[in-house]
Amino acid sequence: MIRALIARDVRRSIGGAAWLPVGFFLVVATLVPFAVGPDPRLLERIASGGLWIAALTAALLPIERLIDPDRASGVLDQLAIRGVSEEAVGAAKVAAHWLTFGPLLLLAALPSSFILGIAPDTLGRTLVALAVGTPGLAALAVMVGALTSGLPRAGALTGVLLLPLAIPLLIFGAGASGDPDSGGLLLEAAVSLLLVAASPFVTGAAIRASRT
Amino acid sequence: MKPHLRFEDVACRRGGRLLFEGLSLALGPGEALHLTGPNGSGKSSLLRLAAGLLRAEAGRIDRSDVALADENSALDRELPLGKALRFWADGADAAMEALDLARLAHVPVRLLSTGQAKRATLARVAASEAPLWLLDEPLNGLDSDGIARLDVIITAHLQRGGAVLAASHGKLGGSWTHLELGA
Repeated sequence: MIRALIARDVRRSIGGAAWLPVGFFLVVATLVPFAVGPDPRLLERIASGGLWIAALTAALLPIERLIDPDRASGVLDQLAIRGVSEEAVGAAKVAAHWLTFGPLLLLAALPSSFILGIAPDTLGRTLVALAVGTPGLAALAVMVGALTSGLPRAGALTGVLLLPLAIPLLIFGAGASGDPDSGGLLLEAAVSLLLVAASPFVTGAAIRASRT
Repeated sequence: MKPHLRFEDVACRRGGRLLFEGLSLALGPGEALHLTGPNGSGKSSLLRLAAGLLRAEAGRIDRSDVALADENSALDRELPLGKALRFWADGADAAMEALDLARLAHVPVRLLSTGQAKRATLARVAASEAPLWLLDEPLNGLDSDGIARLDVIITAHLQRGGAVLAASHGKLGGSWTHLELGA
């Protein structure tokens, strides 16, 4: 059942909304040179930070379609009736969301890095840091999606919830992108791991609490 | 034989309001219980308690595997009906045939009418191998042909040793015991 659920979620997002964060990521990355001017030295300095901000904002987009549609259409109830625990549903959702969010975001980071003129060695580090951070971002998105599911004006709330919680990822991720000796990558991996480990439980509890 | 569903002294509270208390019932193989009562008397809550989706305020509930049909079809809107049903049960073909849905197998779920979606929900229940069916307003949106087909699948399910608990304001075919809530 869990595998079927992951396959279903991946199919659903590839068929539609998975491309939205990618486009959004590209747009935000494109905005940076417009906002700070085309000076290559300045851009090179802030480029990896720009990519991280683009990644964080892109992570907000899919949140509302991660949990809420399945709650509203009764899928979550039916899974519970079949004995699938809410935590297992949460884990499946994280896995499925990362599969469509993570690789596509890394793909979008390549053209964005050309726009921002990242130096080749920084690009490698930034891609690794993004790759390590995306599971954490996906886990956070699922968690926030479950916590806000069913609430009025959930859209505005998701940003207020997700972005502050993503700050540790941002700090260590941006650190790892900039300075290879900072140890940021390990700390970022630790934060990402913690989020991935916690997300199924938070998601499960939130699904149970939203049940009426 | 062990009943498929047993309530012992169950109380249910929703939003601070006590819907019912001291409710005991047992539903054995081949038994069908028709739940009636005014709006808000707790029929749907009783079904959700029986499905394990809500926690009882007091008392004890034992159940075997259940299948629930409520107002949500739980089917992927973008998928053709046949595929959407097969997500929940591999052997959905017979159930689709029984509810006259086979000719709609290739139609996306989002294009189904209210009555067709209700039939699809009932087909999902019929295709499950659960011995206990919980039906919340199963007649809503069904035409006379749909109601007749529902009677047929319920009768067949009871003959196989299943049990049915249905909440409905309408008249259900076959022989039912009745339980009125909020009386």
